[in-house]
Amino acid sequence: MNGFDFDVAHLFAGGLVLVSFMMLYQDRLYALLNIFALHAIVLALSVGWQAYIQDAPHLYITTGIAIIFKGIVIPVALHRIIQRLGIHREIETVVGIGPTMLLGIGLVTMSMVVMLRVTVEADRLAREDTAMALSVFLLGLLMMVTRRNAVSQVIGFLSLENGLILAATGAKGMPLVVEMSVAFSILVAFIVIGIFLFRIRERFDTVNLHALDRFRGDQQ
Amino acid sequence: MSAPAFDALGAILLIPISAAALLALLPGYRVTARLNVLATSLTLAASLSLFFLERPTPGQYLLVDDLNVVFLVLNTFVGFTTSVFSASYISHELEIGRLTPNYLRFYHAMYQILMFAMNLALAANNIGLMWVAIELATLTTVLMVGIYRTHEAIEAAWKYFILGSVGIAMALFGTILIYLAAQPVMGGGMDAMLWTMLMQRVARFDPALLNIAFVFLLLGYGTKVGLAPLHAWLPDAHAEGPTPISAVLSGLLLNVALYAILRFKMLLAANERAIAPGPLMVAMGLGSLLFAAFMLYRRRDIKRMFAYSSIEHMGIITFAFGMGGALANFAGLLHMTMHSLTKSAIFFTVGHIAQVKGTQKMADIRGLTETHPLLGWGLIVGVFAIAGMPPLGIFLSEFLVVSSTFARAPVLAIPLVFGLLVAFGALLMRVNSLAFGEPQGSTEPVKASIVPLYAHLALVLGAGLYLPPPLVAWFQHVAGQLG
Repeated sequence: MNGFDFDVAHLFAGGLVLVSFMMLYQDRLYALLNIFALHAIVLALSVGWQAYIQDAPHLYITTGIAIIFKGIVIPVALHRIIQRLGIHREIETVVGIGPTMLLGIGLVTMSMVVMLRVTVEADRLAREDTAMALSVFLLGLLMMVTRRNAVSQVIGFLSLENGLILAATGAKGMPLVVEMSVAFSILVAFIVIGIFLFRIRERFDTVNLHALDRFRGDQQ
Repeated sequence: MSAPAFDALGAILLIPISAAALLALLPGYRVTARLNVLATSLTLAASLSLFFLERPTPGQYLLVDDLNVVFLVLNTFVGFTTSVFSASYISHELEIGRLTPNYLRFYHAMYQILMFAMNLALAANNIGLMWVAIELATLTTVLMVGIYRTHEAIEAAWKYFILGSVGIAMALFGTILIYLAAQPVMGGGMDAMLWTMLMQRVARFDPALLNIAFVFLLLGYGTKVGLAPLHAWLPDAHAEGPTPISAVLSGLLLNVALYAILRFKMLLAANERAIAPGPLMVAMGLGSLLFAAFMLYRRRDIKRMFAYSSIEHMGIITFAFGMGGALANFAGLLHMTMHSLTKSAIFFTVGHIAQVKGTQKMADIRGLTETHPLLGWGLIVGVFAIAGMPPLGIFLSEFLVVSSTFARAPVLAIPLVFGLLVAFGALLMRVNSLAFGEPQGSTEPVKASIVPLYAHLALVLGAGLYLPPPLVAWFQHVAGQLG
C-alpha cells in the first residue's frame, strides 16, 4: 500500500470522528439529522476507498447501502417522524455541550491509546481504522447516554454502527458475512425502531424517555 | 457416513424456519398451536438424534461437538415443553382478548424464528454467523416483549431494544477484533472466523488484542446474559411480555449468550500469554448474584421477582465457569441445565396463576394451595428447587459450585454462600404468602397444562436424586474441554 492510499483512507476515517463530534453539539433535531446524513456519506466515502485500494468489489455493496440507506432513506424517514410528532422545536440540554465535548475528547484519546498499543502486529491501515472506529463507537455511545429524546438516541445508535462498519471494512479480507450482517442489522433495526417510535407516539403523545421512566412495574 | 448427522443439524434449523413461514400464513388458533407444538417436537427429535449419529466434519458455517450438543438438546427440549404450555396459555389470552388472531399468527411465527435463531447460534462454527444469529434472536424477542402493546410492555421492549442493541454492537466490535488478531497469523479469509480453525492457531495470536476483544465480548454478550450492571432490561422484559416468552428468555436465550462467552473463553484460555478470562467472569458473576439476591426482597410483581432470580442464577453459572477446572465447569453445566428446567417450570406456573388471578402483584395472590392445589404445589416445589433445597437438582449443582470454590479459593466462597442464603430467604418468604393463608382473588378453576410443568419438576427432582452415569460422563468430558 502506498502512502497516498493510506493518507486518503486515514483522512476519511478521521473525518468520520470529526463528524461524530459535530453530532454531539447539535441541539436541534433537524440539524442532527443533517449531520447524521453527512456521517453516513463520509462513511460511504471511506468504505468506497477501502474497496478500491483493497481491490474488494463486495465492499461497494456496503458503500451503496451506506449512501442510499443511511445517507438518504433513514434521515428522510426520521425527518417525517419528527414532523409528524411535532417535536422539531425540541431542544435537548441533558448534559451541557462543554462537558459533553470534553468527555468526547477524553474518549477519543482513550481509544487511540488503547487500540494503537494493542494492534502493533496488525497492518498499518487496520490499526488506524480500528482506533478511529472505536472512537466513533464510543462517541455514539456517549450521544445515546446524554440524550433523552428517543429519536436522537436512535441516531446515536446508528452512528455507533457506522463505527463498526468502519472497523469491519478496515480489517483486510474480512469475509462478506460481516458486512452483510451489519447491513442486515441496520435494516431490521430500523424497522423495529420505526415501529417502536410509532407505537410510542400512538400511546403517549411523547417520545421523551423521561415520560416512560415513570412507569415502573414494581411500584405499588 | 457423515451425511446423516448433517441432515439432523439441517433439520434443527430448517424445521423452525419453515414452520415460521407456515405459521405466519395459517389462520386459526387450534391448528397453529398444534403445528407449533409439532414443529418444536420434531426439532427436539432431530437434536436428540445428534447423540446417536456420527458427527459431520465441521464446515464453514456449522459445527457439532460435545459442547454444543448439550446446549442444543436443552434448547430444543425446553422449546418443546414451552410450546405445549404456550398452547394453553394463548387460548386464555385469546378468550380475554389480550391477543387478536392476527397477533397470534405473528406470535407463533416469531416463536419459531426465535427457536431457529437460538439453534443457529448454538450450531454456528463461524463467529460472524453466531453474532448474526444472536442479533436475530434479540430482535425477535424485542418484538415479542412488546406484543401486548400496553404502556409497560412498550417501555420494556424499548429498554430491552436499546440495551440489547448496544450489547450486540459491543459483541460485534469484539468479533472484529478477534478477526484482526487472527489475520496476521492465518492470513485472513473465512478460516480466520471459524471456531475449529481459530482454536488450532490461537496460541500464536497477539495476546493484547485478544484481551481487548474479550472485554468487549464479555460486556456485549454479558448484556444478553443479564449480568449486573448490564441487566436493566431483563426484569422488565420478563414481566411485560407473554409468559411463554419469559420462560424461553430465562431458560434458553440467556444460556445461548452464555454459550458465546464460553466459546470465547476457551479461545482465550488456549493462548498462554493472554489474560486469564476467569477472574473477570468470577467478578461479574459474583456481582450479579449479590445484587440480585438483595433485589429479590423488594419485588412486588411475581414475574419480576423470578426475573431477578434468573439474574442471580446466571451469576452463579458465570461464576462457576469463571472459576474453571473440571469440577467447577461440571457444576456450571449442571446448574445451567437445572436452572433452565426449573425456571421455565416456574414461569409455566406463574403464567397460569397470573391468568387466573388477573394480576401479577404478589400482594393480591394468596392461598394458592387451597384454591388451585396443582398450581400451588407446583409453585412450591419450583421455588424450593430454585432456592436450592435438597433433594432437588439445583441443590446438587449449587453444592458442587460451593465446594469447588471452597477447595480452590475459600475467600470467594464467603460472598458466594452469603448471596445464596440471602436469595434463599427472599424466595421462601414470598412463597409462603403466595401459597398459604386466606385465599384471595379469583378461585375459578383453570385449564392449565400441568404436564410440562410437572415433567420439568420431575426431571429436576430426578437429577437431584440420581444422575445417570452416561450423563455424568458426558458432562465431565465437556467440563474437561472447557478448561
